[in-house]
Amino acid sequence: MQRVKEKAIELLRSGEVSRVLGWKTGEFFYDLTPAVFESVEEVEKGFVFSLFSGANLSKYLIAESKKEGKIAVFLKPCDSFSFVQLQKEHRIKRENIYAVGIQCDGMCDGESLRSAGCEGMTGVEDGESLTVHTLYGDQVIEKKEALLGKCQTCKSKRIVDFDELIGQQGEDVPSDRFAEVAKLEAMTPEERFAFWRTELSRCIRCNACRNVCPACSCEKCVFDNPVSGVQNKAVADSFEENMFHIIRAFHVTARCTDCGECSRVCPQNIPLHLLNRKFIKDINELYGDYQAGADFDSRPPLMDFRMDDPEPSVIYTRGGAAK
Amino acid sequence: MKKIAISELNSLFAAIAADRKLYIPTDDSTGQSQFTIWEEGSILSRNVNTVRSAKDSFFPQVENLMGFKVTGKQIELIETRDPAESFAVFGVRACDVRSFDILDRVFLTEPVDTYYAQRRENVCIISLACGKPSETCFCTAFGIDPAEPKGDVTCWMTGEALYWQPNTEKGEALTAQLSVLVDADVADIEQEKAAIRATAEKLPFGKLDLSAFGQGKTKELFNRPEWKALSQSCLGCGTCTFICPTCQCYDIQEFNNGKTVKRFRCWDSCMYSDFTKMSAGQPRPTQTERFRQRFMHKLVYYPDNNEGIFACVGCGRCLRKCPIHMNIVKVIKTMGEGTK
Repeated sequence: MQRVKEKAIELLRSGEVSRVLGWKTGEFFYDLTPAVFESVEEVEKGFVFSLFSGANLSKYLIAESKKEGKIAVFLKPCDSFSFVQLQKEHRIKRENIYAVGIQCDGMCDGESLRSAGCEGMTGVEDGESLTVHTLYGDQVIEKKEALLGKCQTCKSKRIVDFDELIGQQGEDVPSDRFAEVAKLEAMTPEERFAFWRTELSRCIRCNACRNVCPACSCEKCVFDNPVSGVQNKAVADSFEENMFHIIRAFHVTARCTDCGECSRVCPQNIPLHLLNRKFIKDINELYGDYQAGADFDSRPPLMDFRMDDPEPSVIYTRGGAAK
Repeated sequence: MKKIAISELNSLFAAIAADRKLYIPTDDSTGQSQFTIWEEGSILSRNVNTVRSAKDSFFPQVENLMGFKVTGKQIELIETRDPAESFAVFGVRACDVRSFDILDRVFLTEPVDTYYAQRRENVCIISLACGKPSETCFCTAFGIDPAEPKGDVTCWMTGEALYWQPNTEKGEALTAQLSVLVDADVADIEQEKAAIRATAEKLPFGKLDLSAFGQGKTKELFNRPEWKALSQSCLGCGTCTFICPTCQCYDIQEFNNGKTVKRFRCWDSCMYSDFTKMSAGQPRPTQTERFRQRFMHKLVYYPDNNEGIFACVGCGRCLRKCPIHMNIVKVIKTMGEGTK
């Protein structure tokens, strides 16, 4: 992990880049902040790559790559899918970016440690299992119990696009990420409706999910536009409010790489990624396996037209797609 | 001082809820704590605090203000105010109890916000001392004692019993109704209080240096270069403002179906791009200005208008929930160091 910081220093020192996008130390061991470093001194003082570098930095490149000079960015495998997807959508200037791929074994954060039962945390020792120091004594927890939700169903260790790699290139890994979706599909419509109404009833409409989402890159969101008639604050009723998430999921369909940031940042632990995953699963079943951000050449199924495209409405009246 | 066995808590809640709505913190399906209406079977959360603050009790996220019905050239006013009803909130922590004083100074100053005032008058606040503060807690930096929260009634929980101390007339009146409580000795909770204060001593930000902030600091702080770096990766979401017990900004909007108009207010966030947007445009064009507004409001503007009182209570919610882990402690420390 120290190699990542050394690389940041080396890139700045050699003049290869003028800025580095990475993670900055916080007040605790777990509260790292995405940050742009402009000098070796800044990196030495504050740069850190650790078990708590969960934040996906690729969306910051939309603004950062348009500035003068070259910027280095550190990308974990899942982040690299967003990076490629943003390139496909012409949202970032690749020539201004030096991408360093870094391998990853899964990330944690303060909230994931808290849900694993830690409170009053003052320090951590990273090993086979985690020893968390707290105001109330040490706690040993299994790392997999404290992983971020998105890391528990990691889909790939492959870094799709990079200029340089730290560590080994990885491969797609078997993942049961659709299991939770299948569970929802097995419910009756009434049960499913009740499930989502309960989950979404906790929404406080903070827009963190939208603002962190690399696929939500509109210059001005329709929900931020006071003349749109659907401005975020105009809550007609709670049901309409719930629709925001469904509309957003539709909007990012076939562009969502399943990076899981939406669920990571939700203060209310709403499993928003399940909406996106349902669409990914449907696309896989209807149009053949497709992974957004996995390559530069494929066309997103919903932005493409082929004569043999199936007609979902017809398929569903006949009992659904072949499994 | 009264008490009740922990195993009997349910009968206490049932007794309070006999003639009013009672809100208590319960765990949701993901294990986080939320104020919910007590009903038979509700289980009191053991988390240190709720995700949303207790301000929701008086200042809900959305609230109808009034309605209009238009017939020809006649406009009829429709009353949409919720009927006044008494309610109680149990388990409010010392930080949130203090936040009510901060909100009161805004909503109960002339012109009084009658919607807020109505709820405030009808509530009985039952506070609960913090057995196990979190590392993110720093209420003590604002002179709050987590072992002695205010409110109409103050409660302490030990392993065996819940101790109950009424502080106000409202609290006394409620206590008189609760025959399930038995007399207790004040000395019984001294040990618990001492334990809480001992933990509070160890809180990493419990003695946060606030000397760079307060009344009259606008000129010194407004143009400081650090704001840019602090706000650099801010996503512009509203998480910090919506979970904050002292954020009080709201917007007034109308829902118009062509015949009737529903006028309502809803929480607004200074982090949003259209916050206080006027016909002439946006007074805070980038996230740096919006970000600065939030912290200047809490740490300088509010104290300027309220005898030096800070509009932060150290509940630590923003420390936990900001998606990029930027928060008021980092702002206070960064600015404080720059001042030295």
